[in-house]
Amino acid sequence: MSDLRSAPAPGLRAGDHARGRADAPVVIVYADFTCPRCAVAHERLAALDLRRVFRHLALKARHPRAIAVARAAEAAARQDAFWPFHDALYADQGRQEDPHLWALAERLGLDVERLERDRRSDAVAERVDAQTREALRAGAMRTPTLFLADGVRVDDIEAISL
Amino acid sequence: MTIIAPGTPAPEFRLKDEDGDDFTHEDLKGRTTVLVFYPFAFSPVCTDQFQVYEEVLGDLEAQGARLYGVSTDSIWAQKAFKAQIGTSIPQLSDFEPKGETSRKLGAYFEPGGMTNRALVIFDPEGVVQWSYLASSPGELPGANLIFDGLAIKA
Repeated sequence: MSDLRSAPAPGLRAGDHARGRADAPVVIVYADFTCPRCAVAHERLAALDLRRVFRHLALKARHPRAIAVARAAEAAARQDAFWPFHDALYADQGRQEDPHLWALAERLGLDVERLERDRRSDAVAERVDAQTREALRAGAMRTPTLFLADGVRVDDIEAISL
Repeated sequence: MTIIAPGTPAPEFRLKDEDGDDFTHEDLKGRTTVLVFYPFAFSPVCTDQFQVYEEVLGDLEAQGARLYGVSTDSIWAQKAFKAQIGTSIPQLSDFEPKGETSRKLGAYFEPGGMTNRALVIFDPEGVVQWSYLASSPGELPGANLIFDGLAIKA
């Protein structure tokens, strides 16, 4: 088991899911697809000129589907469809059971069998778990938790008005 | 109110577990104990707090530590709260006399008539190893702080 003592959230790194203008201010979002507050945060951040990074903060006690859906999004990322999958999940949080995810994957033109295989892989599970734990080490106590590029935690999304 | 300081042996205290049985200072002996004081069952931020701590129970177990939630709610409210938020974290009630144990440990918030947001780690001898009082009941201490506290050997 990895260490859970305090450590700052890592800054933007290779392999991150990042969108927005490359030289815009960076905001790192640790979030979960099942959480209504995360969907609201997604809408608000989308309206701002940011370099936005998504990392997982998927808590099993938070929602029974949190981890399964996070892994599915990572599997979609392996077919270069992380952001379309991300946006579709937040746009319709009432439909996150497996048949909904398969239908979404088909709609996005993904290989559903491959998605199924990938989301059950150890590598995907480890990525979701590692990001969740790094969020906890950085003191995250709610979904979503946001960090600025310098590692400062922003608990109130209203505080971001760049 | 000042939170009980590291190095202090646990005072005599009595809480009630979910079955209505006593949980006292004697129950601290033999393993590391983390007491998580929180203001109210069912309040939104307390829910966030336990859902995060639930995630790290395996890590705590690996370090030989057991974590409990403590509030002035009755055992019935605590049991319903626990079921609602889907946590397995055992709860201890400081209901009657209200807040007596929390006051002894410096984890009571007088202005609100409620337990404050605080963490106390006791070593297996029942001596305070580490303690933390939030700057306000609305501040949620990260799970990382518990692991920082466990890393400090009194």
